[in-house]
Amino acid sequence: MSSLVITDLHASVITDAGESEILRGVSLTVESGTTNAIMGPNGSGKSTLAYVIAGHPKYTVTSGSITLDGADVLAMSVDERARAGLFLAMQYPVEIPGVSVSNFLRTSITALRGEAPKLRTWTKEMKESMADLQMDPSFAARNVNEGFSGGEKKRHEILQLGLMQPKIAVLDETDSGLDVDALKVVSEGVNRFKDATGAGVLLITHYTRILRYIKPDVVHVFVDGRIVETGGPELADSLESEGYERFAVAKA
Amino acid sequence: MAAPPAKDLAPRIYSRNVEDFAVPLGREEEWRFTPISKIKDFFDVQEWASIGCETGSPFVEIVSMDDPRLNDAWLPTDRASAVAREGASQAVLVSIPTETEVAEPIVLQLTSTMLNNYAHIEVQTGAFARAQVVIVHDSSVNVSGSIVAKLGDQSQLTLLSVIDAEEPVRQHWHWASQLGRDAEFLGLSVSLGGGVIRTVPHITYTAPGGSAQMLGAFLLTGQQFQEHRILVDHSEPNCTSNVVYKGALSGEGAHSVWVGDVLVRREATGIETYELNRNLLLDEGPRADSVPNLELETGDVLSAGHASATGRFDDEQLFYLQSRGIPESVARHLVVRGFFVDVLAKVNDEELRSNLMKRIEARLGMVDHA
Repeated sequence: MSSLVITDLHASVITDAGESEILRGVSLTVESGTTNAIMGPNGSGKSTLAYVIAGHPKYTVTSGSITLDGADVLAMSVDERARAGLFLAMQYPVEIPGVSVSNFLRTSITALRGEAPKLRTWTKEMKESMADLQMDPSFAARNVNEGFSGGEKKRHEILQLGLMQPKIAVLDETDSGLDVDALKVVSEGVNRFKDATGAGVLLITHYTRILRYIKPDVVHVFVDGRIVETGGPELADSLESEGYERFAVAKA
Repeated sequence: MAAPPAKDLAPRIYSRNVEDFAVPLGREEEWRFTPISKIKDFFDVQEWASIGCETGSPFVEIVSMDDPRLNDAWLPTDRASAVAREGASQAVLVSIPTETEVAEPIVLQLTSTMLNNYAHIEVQTGAFARAQVVIVHDSSVNVSGSIVAKLGDQSQLTLLSVIDAEEPVRQHWHWASQLGRDAEFLGLSVSLGGGVIRTVPHITYTAPGGSAQMLGAFLLTGQQFQEHRILVDHSEPNCTSNVVYKGALSGEGAHSVWVGDVLVRREATGIETYELNRNLLLDEGPRADSVPNLELETGDVLSAGHASATGRFDDEQLFYLQSRGIPESVARHLVVRGFFVDVLAKVNDEELRSNLMKRIEARLGMVDHA
């Protein structure tokens, strides 16, 4: 059992206009075997939360804490967080020219597992995982995210999720830019991962569409840098019909 | 002296006579980036040794500089090259006879007996010949020299040069590659380190249909200086040229210069040309100058373009790799390796390619621990 505990987290970004606070006191716990959905309007800071958990250098945590099974996540470097069992499926994965998917995955798995996987079993493992996500085998030879379509990028993120087997996975708008078929394939990948590992999932999304395929246990509404309401799956349904307006009003 | 008109990219003087070239002062367009004071001794003939070579290839000979087989048509275009031509007492001559295809790379391990040396290397391919020549420089000594390649009709030549030098080493290399009808030339210049490394590759065509690629990979750290000044002189119709240079720099005081001149003369119709320089600054210290020049005297070309960009190490790439558990130092290696991959991919020989990557990685190891 693992738990990611976020307590009264405040974080800022430095822009040309000065320091601007984006997270304004986020408290949240993600336990193994549960799926937490964070839903919020654009610009509410929900993607910033994902980046801060992963340790993106652009953001500065000004107060609060993040722990994973009691260990201080904020004291860890980005790669240490990953090795501790955190994973972020990114909304906008970057291109890495000249680095093939297979080389990248193998380097990552070697770092995460502490030893290079045996070539024969590794090749098999990668091929099967790719087939599960309906990815062409030629994909492994392409450069990381270079020239990938939106759907290919997301499949590649979920491929990594399945191979890296984190304790807690943060999925940042994994549904954005996907057509229905791709959304199903990607969601199945996430569910397979959940079933196989019993990991905790923090699913960040603007729309309820993905929640038809990945069932949340808890739904949080995120507005203006903090969680303003928490409920069960039915909260997502009310957002579907009413949108975020009532929270915007409440904020004002 | 006044700067030459921008539209005139062609050398103004072609001569074997050293005195036909003034001693560079550093104000001239072609020398304006070069730390002239560090290579002053390259501009007058000295009592220097001549570079020799070790090779197992039957196609290679050491010949005297007045050997009639040396290429008469080639003339130096700057003082350093004229001095080197005058000062050298011997040449390394590689001749591939007509219709001879040499499968294995011909490796020239350059050798020296003194700290300062002149060098003259010629590679000649007969019509329809095919060969790969690998020049492994003696990177522990100072050299001023020329690499003159003459490609016969429809011949194919790959010329790979590897300099892997330490900081005080100074080397100046003029490359002159002349392409016959439908000849295919691939030049690969790998330059790692060095105090002052300056290469001046010129590509010329003596008949229509030639196709030239000139690729470079360079890596500098610390106080190192490298300049790569390329000229592609399109004087024949229906030829192509493709120039790609990639450099990675780190450290306060590292300075690279890339100048890519492409001249398309009036008679060079139907040509295609492209040149690209990308520089990756690994930290805040280094400086990379990048100057592409394209001079078109005819509009009747298939394509002509250039691109140049110098960028800092991409933090988003590092973040992405690190977020997958990859330690920062390994992530940096991956990105830099990836940066050079498309240039090194042109090295056909797998052993050679992995050797070059290892050398680059060894250099990067130095960067990490600096």
